[in-house]
Amino acid sequence: MNTFEFLGQSRQNRRSILQGLGVAAVGISFGGLTACGDSGGGTASTGEEATLNFYNWDTYIGETTLEDFAESSGITVNMSLFATNDELFAKLRAGNAGYDVIVPSNDFVERMIQSDLLEELDHALIPNITNIDPTFIEVPYDMGRKFSMPYTWLALGIGYRKSAMKGPIDSWKPLFDSNEYAGKIALLSEAGDIIRLGAKYLGHSVNDITPDIIAEVEAMMIKQKPFIRTFHEDNGQDLLLSGEVDLVLEYNGDIAQIMTEDDDIDFVIPKEGSQLNSDNLCIPKGAPHPLNAHAFINNLLDAEVGKKITEAILYPTPNAAAKALMPPEYANNPVIFPPADRMAICEYAAFNETLQPLYETAFTRIRAA
Amino acid sequence: MENWKSAKAMFAAVAAVPTFWLTFFFIIPLGIVWLYSFGTNTSLTEIEISGTFSNYARALDPLYLGILWKSILVAAATTVICIVVGFPVALAITFASDKWKPWLLLGIMLPFWTNLLIRTYALMAVLRREGYANQSLGWLHDNLGSLLPFIGLPAPGAYEPMELLYNNFAVIFGLVYVHLPFMVLPLYAALDRLDKSLIEASLDLGAGHFRTMLTIVAPLAAPGIISGIIITFVPALGAYLTPDLLGGPDSQMIANVIERQFKRANDWPFGAALSFILMYATFIAIAFQAMKSRQAEARQ
Repeated sequence: MNTFEFLGQSRQNRRSILQGLGVAAVGISFGGLTACGDSGGGTASTGEEATLNFYNWDTYIGETTLEDFAESSGITVNMSLFATNDELFAKLRAGNAGYDVIVPSNDFVERMIQSDLLEELDHALIPNITNIDPTFIEVPYDMGRKFSMPYTWLALGIGYRKSAMKGPIDSWKPLFDSNEYAGKIALLSEAGDIIRLGAKYLGHSVNDITPDIIAEVEAMMIKQKPFIRTFHEDNGQDLLLSGEVDLVLEYNGDIAQIMTEDDDIDFVIPKEGSQLNSDNLCIPKGAPHPLNAHAFINNLLDAEVGKKITEAILYPTPNAAAKALMPPEYANNPVIFPPADRMAICEYAAFNETLQPLYETAFTRIRAA
Repeated sequence: MENWKSAKAMFAAVAAVPTFWLTFFFIIPLGIVWLYSFGTNTSLTEIEISGTFSNYARALDPLYLGILWKSILVAAATTVICIVVGFPVALAITFASDKWKPWLLLGIMLPFWTNLLIRTYALMAVLRREGYANQSLGWLHDNLGSLLPFIGLPAPGAYEPMELLYNNFAVIFGLVYVHLPFMVLPLYAALDRLDKSLIEASLDLGAGHFRTMLTIVAPLAAPGIISGIIITFVPALGAYLTPDLLGGPDSQMIANVIERQFKRANDWPFGAALSFILMYATFIAIAFQAMKSRQAEARQ
């Protein structure tokens, strides 16, 4: 047993039960927090009303982050929760109901920029941007971070049971294009991810996909389907841990969590490369407290605050200063922070309005075949 | 006898709230979705109601009709199993003593107190490879197997767990589990009103139990059976959580496709067209059933 134990504490993260199922998370307002800070009504140092509305994923903040912020700034944070990006987008497309800070994933940041739903950030008000690892500043979905600040990131890869493998796992092949592990494979039930990673396996960039490539991936997946046990709802780590399957397409953070419970599990980013995802802090258009929002984002990017958040949510952090404060069992974990050469061949998937419906149709055909 | 028609003010007062509710929270939203089904996406966030039928044309593609047909088969199988299992249960409750009846009914309704999602997860814990079902069967296999050599038979091999989860069996099992109360309650309501002396008469006149059941009880309980079929079949047809969680790679049902249109695909018009096709089909089925029953009444 070591200090790495804390990773096993919280199995319930935002990508678990709530998210994959499309269960509408009822916005829970933590009104009780007002007891901690300036109990509303007052004026914050930013000159705005001392309150802030934060729209976040479930279990995606440090245990005392909001109280600490209320204490240091006098701004009370009301947090409500969403379960999927689609829910967030659907809510904002009908007009901002008063949210100041939201946490969309990278492709939705792009989609919201295109839909003119995000406010431009004033970097002068976010000095803690210097804490961020530079590789997370120049990202294709928001060059120079004009609209978003990175909060966490994830990489897709293969989680597998070591003792059940017939050889080393270093390619997408056993998952997408082989009957070697028939009936022992679970893939993610996300049309876009499946088509893009299939294309990546076939040697294409996840952002160079054409209808011909989609057709090719579709044919490959239909051929592979008899060997697939199920398309999981982002609960792949549970399927792997319970012995239901031996190979699973999942996020590195999720597999890192179960590796603390079972020594026989490992994770790899295949040699063909993979897809990165990242959740970001943004200010939606029409936010009632934009200055408070900047102060809050700046606070979340603080090294000490970032460390506490990371300890609670156990996701890879883009915050280099916070990572430096974490124990080596976290910072040097090759699953949470995969080797640089593998990271170099991973890409963010750009949002593509015209391809998304084609992905969905292809996935429907794969499922119906 | 006072007729409600003579107390119009009273009637209006009572009807106002439900009418308001139905109009604003059911008919109008549904109407908007219906309009979407004739719309086109003009941008990421806007839909223009252009009066196009292209969404319906796309929904009638063999791909989607095939999925719809499969969903109908799954829902039909669920309904049939629910009748076969639910009828004896309802009958047993009907003939139970008055002291026991409320407890038995409570037992039927108790699962409703737990969220569907939680019940589905519980089912996963039972059905999975190392779940309770396989553990119990494995225990029986090992213990009974060790007795076989005593009666001169060879000992069986190690227990190979059955694949109970992530296939169509699991989906139908899950749907039956969830929808059984919907079948039992209307059946019970119909059977409870049944004049028991008719059953006694049938038995006295020489009909067997099975024949009495088929020719006396079933026709008299027909309204309950039909409403049970409708309120089991319709939600089973629209199920999406159960196939998502319990199903295998090909256990996709039409509601899963609809869900994806409204979420990931961001194609609300097409999703609306798909859901209204489902609704038209349901309306036609109910209208057909109503027509049949009117014909049957006319013949009597």
